[in-house]
Amino acid sequence: MSVVEGTARPAPIPVEIGRARGGPPRSKVLRRDLWWLQPLAIALGLAAFVGYGVWTAFRGDYYFAGAHAHYLSPFYSPCFVRSCPTDVVWGPAGSIGSVSPALLVLIFPMGFRVTCYYYRKTYYRSFWASPPACAVADAGSTKPGGARSRYSGETRFPLILQNIHRYFWYVAVLFAGILTWDAIDAFRFGPNGWGLGLGTIFFVVNAGLIWAYTLGCHACRHLCGGGLKRFSQAPVRFAIWRKVVSPLNAHHQLFAWLSLFWIAWTDFYVYLVSSGAIHDPRLF
Amino acid sequence: MASVDYERHDYDVLVIGAGGAGMRAAIESLEQGCRTALVCKSLFGKAHTVMAEGGMAAALGNVWPEDNWQVHFRDTMRGGKMLNNWRMAQLHAQEAPDRVLELEAWGALFDRTPDGRILQRDFGGHRYARLAHVGDRTGLELIRTTQQRAVGLGIDVYMELKIVRLLKNDSGEVIGAVGFYRDKGNFVVFSAKSIVLATGGVGKSWKFTSNSWESTGDGHALALWAGADAIEMECVQFHPTGMIWPTSARGLLVTEGVRGDGGVLKNSEGERFMFNYISPYFKDETAETIEEGDKWYEDKVNYRRPPELLPRDEVARAINSEVKAGRGSPHGGVFLDIASRRSPEYIKRRLPSMYHQFKQLADVDITAVPMEIGPTCHYIMGGIRVDADTEETAVAGLFAAGEVAGGMHGANRLGGNSLSDLLVFGRRAGLAAAERAKASSVETTLSEAQIKEVIDHATSFFANEGGENPYDLHHELQETMQNLVGIIRTESELIEAKEKLAELGERAKKVTATGGREFNPGWHLALDLESMLAVANCTTLSAIERKESRGGHTRDDYPKADPELEKVNMVSRYREGNYSVTPEPKPEMPPELMALIELSEGEGKSAPAKEESK
Amino acid sequence: MSAVSTGELLMKLWRGDASGGDFVEYRLPAQEGEVVLDVVHRIQATEAPDLAVRWNCKAGKCGSCSAEINGQPRLMCMTRMSTLPIDEPITISPMRTFPVIRDLVTDVSYNYEVAKLIPSFTPGPRPAEGYRMFQVDVERGQEFRKCIECFLCQNVCHVIRDHEENKAHYAGPRFLARLAELEMHPLDTLDRRAYIAERMGLGYCNITKCCTEVCPEGIHITDNAIIPLKERVVDQRYDPVAWLGRKIRGRPRPMTPADVEPYTGAAAKAARAGQAEAS
Repeated sequence: MSVVEGTARPAPIPVEIGRARGGPPRSKVLRRDLWWLQPLAIALGLAAFVGYGVWTAFRGDYYFAGAHAHYLSPFYSPCFVRSCPTDVVWGPAGSIGSVSPALLVLIFPMGFRVTCYYYRKTYYRSFWASPPACAVADAGSTKPGGARSRYSGETRFPLILQNIHRYFWYVAVLFAGILTWDAIDAFRFGPNGWGLGLGTIFFVVNAGLIWAYTLGCHACRHLCGGGLKRFSQAPVRFAIWRKVVSPLNAHHQLFAWLSLFWIAWTDFYVYLVSSGAIHDPRLF
Repeated sequence: MASVDYERHDYDVLVIGAGGAGMRAAIESLEQGCRTALVCKSLFGKAHTVMAEGGMAAALGNVWPEDNWQVHFRDTMRGGKMLNNWRMAQLHAQEAPDRVLELEAWGALFDRTPDGRILQRDFGGHRYARLAHVGDRTGLELIRTTQQRAVGLGIDVYMELKIVRLLKNDSGEVIGAVGFYRDKGNFVVFSAKSIVLATGGVGKSWKFTSNSWESTGDGHALALWAGADAIEMECVQFHPTGMIWPTSARGLLVTEGVRGDGGVLKNSEGERFMFNYISPYFKDETAETIEEGDKWYEDKVNYRRPPELLPRDEVARAINSEVKAGRGSPHGGVFLDIASRRSPEYIKRRLPSMYHQFKQLADVDITAVPMEIGPTCHYIMGGIRVDADTEETAVAGLFAAGEVAGGMHGANRLGGNSLSDLLVFGRRAGLAAAERAKASSVETTLSEAQIKEVIDHATSFFANEGGENPYDLHHELQETMQNLVGIIRTESELIEAKEKLAELGERAKKVTATGGREFNPGWHLALDLESMLAVANCTTLSAIERKESRGGHTRDDYPKADPELEKVNMVSRYREGNYSVTPEPKPEMPPELMALIELSEGEGKSAPAKEESK
Repeated sequence: MSAVSTGELLMKLWRGDASGGDFVEYRLPAQEGEVVLDVVHRIQATEAPDLAVRWNCKAGKCGSCSAEINGQPRLMCMTRMSTLPIDEPITISPMRTFPVIRDLVTDVSYNYEVAKLIPSFTPGPRPAEGYRMFQVDVERGQEFRKCIECFLCQNVCHVIRDHEENKAHYAGPRFLARLAELEMHPLDTLDRRAYIAERMGLGYCNITKCCTEVCPEGIHITDNAIIPLKERVVDQRYDPVAWLGRKIRGRPRPMTPADVEPYTGAAAKAARAGQAEAS
């Protein structure tokens, strides 16, 4: 077995802990800008998405605009329960019971996003307040009487599970492929017809954003070439790392939000079309 | 007070100063198996070496296979106007490549050639592209690499500790040092068989300097007070274009590249004044009209270079004259204008670091407005006289390396030679110090009376009630040196400076430190003033004595070099409370090395050796 | 040019030591073109000669003058007054994570203790024609070597700023970046992953990126150093695929902290002391 014996606590860094540190009171926030604005906005944004996601996932209906075109909501793809429309059903249909298909599918993209290095930053800041903003004390760390909350970061269960992020990434690549398939499928109108509706464009953009987010993943960046010691010995992997993945990774935050917003928008559009609330304008 | 409280340490080798030279000396001493202490005035790794940008000169021959130590030696001697210690210049040129490769083996990440070797860059005065570098932060790379190496070897570092005096035994050997922690204010006494001084420069005695607060010449002063000799203290390098405004950036260098890429110097009347200052010596190779000068940027073969690109001392002298004639800029310099001559895109592409330096530090957009610049004190070529092979000073057991040591650079230093100087002579000093410590059976018992005397002296400033503010005195010293012992010197002004320094010396004894001993900058400055005054005195006296103009020393009243004075060192000493300077014959170069210099005289013309750039 | 030319500055500087202190107000005329450190120096040269402040190069290259300006960790020499709201009082306080020595000066010795525990650069044997490295191989490391050790990242890191007990087992962003540099060094032969996870406390970092936000050198500490280290640790301990690959190809086992000891300064020193005693 090649794993280090990790139970014994290694010798501590020799530093005196607990002595008076001086300086302004620790509970006092000296920042004078609107430091709380960003975590608040992010918290509201994430909460809105989660709220929408719950509503749409439990809805279990109006996720396929088949009567008009092959628009399958990305929340419900791949669709592999008994109730799935036959046009888009995957796998051995009917083998799984009659829950909302979204509930089975969403575990994977959600897992990918929850363990994502960028989202981790956002919810640690916005929901854990650990820290709420830079140079603003962690919630609970400045309680009077010296009481302080313990902080173990991602060293213990359950947060140590964040390390499985790359497995979700493997699945996320599959999902990106499926959503790409759905985008191609969105060009199908009726039984044999092909066309281009406004919704088709939304689906193509959706697949593009999902790829941009998935390929910009930090785990992907490591696997494609970042883990190498010498780039010069692997020119192809280096080219992927430098020319594709690293530039996307630099905008991981942007694509995280755009793809999140867009997936909800695409779903909502399908809902509107399939529920008959609006007509999807067909362009070709 | 019956006994004085202090911390006590015993070592084989004590290294004072943790810049490149001190760090390299300490590593060598550790590797020789000596118990070694490294003392620095700031935090570990903050030394002024981090400011070095361009690179370190070493004839590796990676870019030009023709390069070798002989050519490097020749360049160094010619750049130093032949005032260099020939043996030091030789050792430096021979050993620099090994020192650079050694850094690589310790983890330094130099920029690379396409075939994976260390890339070398062109620099003024060097015949071939010779400077190993890391972008524009080579000094930082040197410091980090040696710092991490020393830490890996388990060095004992004493940070934020100022040494006040060295201690000697009855037979005149250095055996210890007394200092204090700047943060806590408590005293420390070291005993050691060898002591290496690597304290760097002296710039803080001048008003406009590129040096940090640390460069107060502590090492020069400690060695002089202990009885060592200093040479060529008059040879101070002033860079003609330092920022002088805004205040926040005063003294920071503006690279020569600005002028090379089209920047011109203008006075307050908007006149491009350099055309009025072309000396007969450079007449043949300099453009006579603005039109001709401007064409040079496009066609360097058929036109002569504009006078803005004359050697440093010429440019600095012209700036000085304009300011004295009342045509200076509002803050006492002149204007360096590239904004009106080149497009913003061109400036940003060619001079990104200058653009950012002005933008970030000064909020000045150099693509839109001219820069205000003036000469700034940059480097001291002179320093403690040492034996070229061992770096031992005139005092047994005391070694010196780096900027604090003199001789290597003669009257003018070439860019890039300072970083390699640190490593070559830092290692040699560390080696010799370790060998002495191992061989020596010297008794390092320190005299309690001596220790008490030093501590009493250091704390006396707290007892000086109602004395002057040390900051005011420092300000006066800087004004004196800037105005009277600046880049252009004359007898009468130097005499005036000498008298003023005597007066300041008396007043410095009576300055008052207020507050306590814990991290008290006022008190630190009171003690630093002693060192700065020692340097100021030696520089002034040597400048009076050297009646010629050579390299970094320019005398208005003796504008030419005197061949006789090429053969002498100006030796400064401190005896019984007084500084004195005497000319002494300089070591003579063996004929085979002389031949190297003369032989290549003609060849040198093909690649015109520029003056050193930043 | 800056807008600051007239008017009065109200500076609130924290004065005191570890046992206590308070903000002290200083009023002085505004001057054009100053950075915060200039104003602090003016206060020092006039009203408060014993005002403690650490600084060196005043050009953003040495990393000595770290402090918190209006609560934001910054270098005083790189913060122009014209970028601050000078119609309001400006507060300057010492770095919070480290114990105050006096006024704006803190005891940063924790960082130097961590530095001693970093397993040194350990290259393979040197080929006769010298080492070869290519520009693409050294560029990643060069980014981290821009570090000026101002310790603002260490200061802002909530793992030790707000939970001081973690100083005993967490290296902080500066040294995780240093370790990343070593792990990515093309000539280095050590495998420090186990050590980084166990003793350097990599798992304590929750990648909230404040270190990157405050870095005056613009080093992408989180994205380019810490996350790649986390992924390397995943390779070694949390990824059965990678584990199986190693088994099949017979790669050596990863190093334990005990293997690393001889490469740290503390161990080298102890070894020398042992030798001295024995002789």
